[in-house]
Amino acid sequence: MTAPVYTLLLIPVVAVPLLAVTGNYRIGAALNVLASGLTLLAAIALMFTPRVRTDIFIVDDFNIYLVTLTAFVGFTTSIFSATYISHELEIGRLTPAYLRFYHALYQAMLGAMNLALLANNMGLLWVGLEVATLTTVIMVGLYRTPEAVEAAWKYFILGSVGIALAFFGTLLVYLVAQETLGEGLPAMALDRLAQASAAFDPQLLSLAFVFLLVGYGTKVGLAPFHAWLPDAHSEGPTPISAVLSGLLLNVALYALLRFKIVLAGNTETLNVGAIMIALGLLSLVFAAFMLYRRRDIKRLFAYSSIEHMGIMTFAFGIGGPLANFAGLLHMTMHSLTKSAIFFSVGHIAQAKGTQNIASIRGLSTTHPVLAIGLALGVIAIAGMPPFGVFMSEFLLVSSSFERQPVFAIILVAGILVAFGALILRLQNVLFGEATGPAEPVKASYLPLFVHLALVLMAGLWLPEPVVHWFRTVAGQLG
Amino acid sequence: MGTDIGTDMGTLAFDFAHFLAGGMLVMSFLLLYQDRITAVLNVYAMQSILLALAVGWQSVIQGAPHLLVTAAIALIVKGFIIPTALHRIVRRLGIHREIEQVIGAGPTMLTGLALVALSIMLVIPIGGKVSLLVREDLAFALAVILLGLLMMITRRNAVTQIVGFMSIENGLILAATGARGMPLVVEISVAFSVLIVLFVFGVFVFRIRERFDSVDVSALDRFRGGRGN
Repeated sequence: MTAPVYTLLLIPVVAVPLLAVTGNYRIGAALNVLASGLTLLAAIALMFTPRVRTDIFIVDDFNIYLVTLTAFVGFTTSIFSATYISHELEIGRLTPAYLRFYHALYQAMLGAMNLALLANNMGLLWVGLEVATLTTVIMVGLYRTPEAVEAAWKYFILGSVGIALAFFGTLLVYLVAQETLGEGLPAMALDRLAQASAAFDPQLLSLAFVFLLVGYGTKVGLAPFHAWLPDAHSEGPTPISAVLSGLLLNVALYALLRFKIVLAGNTETLNVGAIMIALGLLSLVFAAFMLYRRRDIKRLFAYSSIEHMGIMTFAFGIGGPLANFAGLLHMTMHSLTKSAIFFSVGHIAQAKGTQNIASIRGLSTTHPVLAIGLALGVIAIAGMPPFGVFMSEFLLVSSSFERQPVFAIILVAGILVAFGALILRLQNVLFGEATGPAEPVKASYLPLFVHLALVLMAGLWLPEPVVHWFRTVAGQLG
Repeated sequence: MGTDIGTDMGTLAFDFAHFLAGGMLVMSFLLLYQDRITAVLNVYAMQSILLALAVGWQSVIQGAPHLLVTAAIALIVKGFIIPTALHRIVRRLGIHREIEQVIGAGPTMLTGLALVALSIMLVIPIGGKVSLLVREDLAFALAVILLGLLMMITRRNAVTQIVGFMSIENGLILAATGARGMPLVVEISVAFSVLIVLFVFGVFVFRIRERFDSVDVSALDRFRGGRGN
C-alpha cells in the first residue's frame, strides 16, 4: 500500500551517491534533471493511489498537494539550474568539484523535504526539515565569498536555534500524548494526535505549541525570527534561492499547520489563530516597509517572500473554509511565482554581472525576453489581476473583512505598501536607460514561462478538481 | 520493573537521575565563562559523559534497554570522538593556546541563573499525569538548552559557538530520554545530526580561517557594512 511513498523517497537515496561520484558536470546536471523528473512522476502516481496511513507515513489530501508542488518546482528548478550553473562554471564562480556536491545536495534537499511532507511520525517530520535545512546551509555557502560564508553562518546559527526549540516542542507533544495514546509510535503519529487531542492536558499542549511556533516559525521566516532569510537568499546560487522561497518555507509552514490541527481538537488550549494572525501581520507589514530600501535584487525578493509567508500565516490564523482556501491557494501561487521570479533574476544577474538594483537598468532594451518574464512575475507577485496571486489575496481580504475588519485593513495596507515598493524599485530595472552588458545570455525560458502560465491560468480559471481538493483540505484545517 | 516512577519516589532512582542532570547543568554554567578553548572542549566532553551516564541510568530505571544504545552513542561519539576531533582542528589552526575574551562573565552568569529559574517555572507546574521525575528532567534539559543558546549568543569564536550548539543537542537528548518510551528513531537522528553538524562546522571553520585568517566570527561582521542589510 505504501509502495509509491517508498518509491518517491528512494529516488533521492539512489541519486545522491550517484551524483556525488559523477565527475562530469553535464552528466551530473542531466542526472539531476532526470532524478527530479522521476520524483515528479512518482508524486503524480501517488496522487492516483488510495490515501494511506501508517504510524510512520501518511498520504492525505493535505500533503499530497504539497508533495506534487514540491516535486514540480524541484523539477523545473533543476532544468533552470542546468543552464545557470554552466554559466557559473564559465565565469569561474564554481568549479566542477563543487558541482558534484551541489547536485548531490540538491537531491538530498528535495528528498528531505518530501520526507518531511510525507511523515506521519512527528519526529520524522522534524528530521526531514532539519536535513533540508542543513543541506541548504551548505549550499548557501557554496560560493565561498565572505558574504556567502557569513550568510551561511547566520542561517546555521538561527536555523539550529529553530531546530532545538522545535525538537523540544515535539518532545512535549509526545509527553502529553503518551498519557492517552500509550508509549511508543502511536503517540508520535500526527493523525492519531489530532483525533485524540481533546483528552490532552491543555496547559502542556499550549506550552509545546509555543516552542513549535518559534522553532518552525524561524524556518518559515516569520518576523521577528527572519534575520537569516534575506542573507541566505541573496548569497547562495539562485536555484537555491528559488527552492528556498518556493518550497522550504512552505514545508516549514506545513509542519506548523499539522500541529495547529492537533491543537484545534482541544478547546482549552491557547488561541493558536490569534498568535498566527499577529505574527503574520507583523511579518507582512515589516517586510513591506523593508522592501523600500533594498539595493540587492535577490534581497528584495527575499523580503517579498517574508511578506507572502506573513500573508499565508495570517490566512491560516483567521481560519475557516474560505480563509484556509485562500491560504492554500496563496501557498501554491507564491511558490510558482516566486520561483519564476528567481529564475529570471538569476539569468538577469548573470547577464548584467551584478545583483545591485541600481546597476541593472533598461532590461527591456537589452534583454527583452527576460524583462518580460520579470515584469510578468512582479505583476503577479504584487497581486495584480489576472494572476493567481490576485485571486488568493482577494479571497483572503474579502473573507477577513467579514470576520475581522480591523485586521483586514492592516492586511490591505501591507499589501499596498509592498506593491508600491516593488513597482518603485523595479521601474528602472525594466525601463530605465540601458546600461551594462547587452550580450544575449544563454537562458532556459521554459521553466520561467511554464510557471507564469500556470499562475495566469489559476487566476483566470481554477479547474473543478483543484477547487474541490482545496476545499477538502481547507475543511480539514478547521 | 520501572512501571511506576511516581512523585512519591524519593529514592535512589530519583536522586541519582537528579544528580546526573544537575551535573550537566553545572557543566553548562562552566561553559559559559570558560575562556580557554581547550578547557571549553574538555568541559563539553565531561558534559557528554554525564549525559551518557544519565541516559544509562534512565535505561535502568525505565527498564528500556534500547536507551543503552543512545547512551553508548553519547559516550563514544560526543564524549570522545568529537572533542578529540575538535582538539585536533584547534591545534591545526594554532589557536589551542588562545584565550578568548569572555565579555561580561558576571552578567552572563546572572542571565544564566534567570534562564534556569525560567525553565523551572515553565515546566515544573505543568499538571497532568506527568511524573515529577520527568518534569524535573525536562526542566534541567530546558535549562541546558537555554544556556547553550546563551553561550552561542555571547561567544564570538566559531569553535566555542559549535560547542554551544552541541551542548544544546546534549540537552535535547536528555529531554528525549526522560520521556518514557519515545521511539529510538529520534535519538538516532539526533546523534546523526550532530555528525552532520560537525561536518558542516568543520568545513566552515576552515573556510572562515581561510578567508579571514581568524576564526573570530566578528571578522564576518565587517562585511556587512555598506550593504544596508
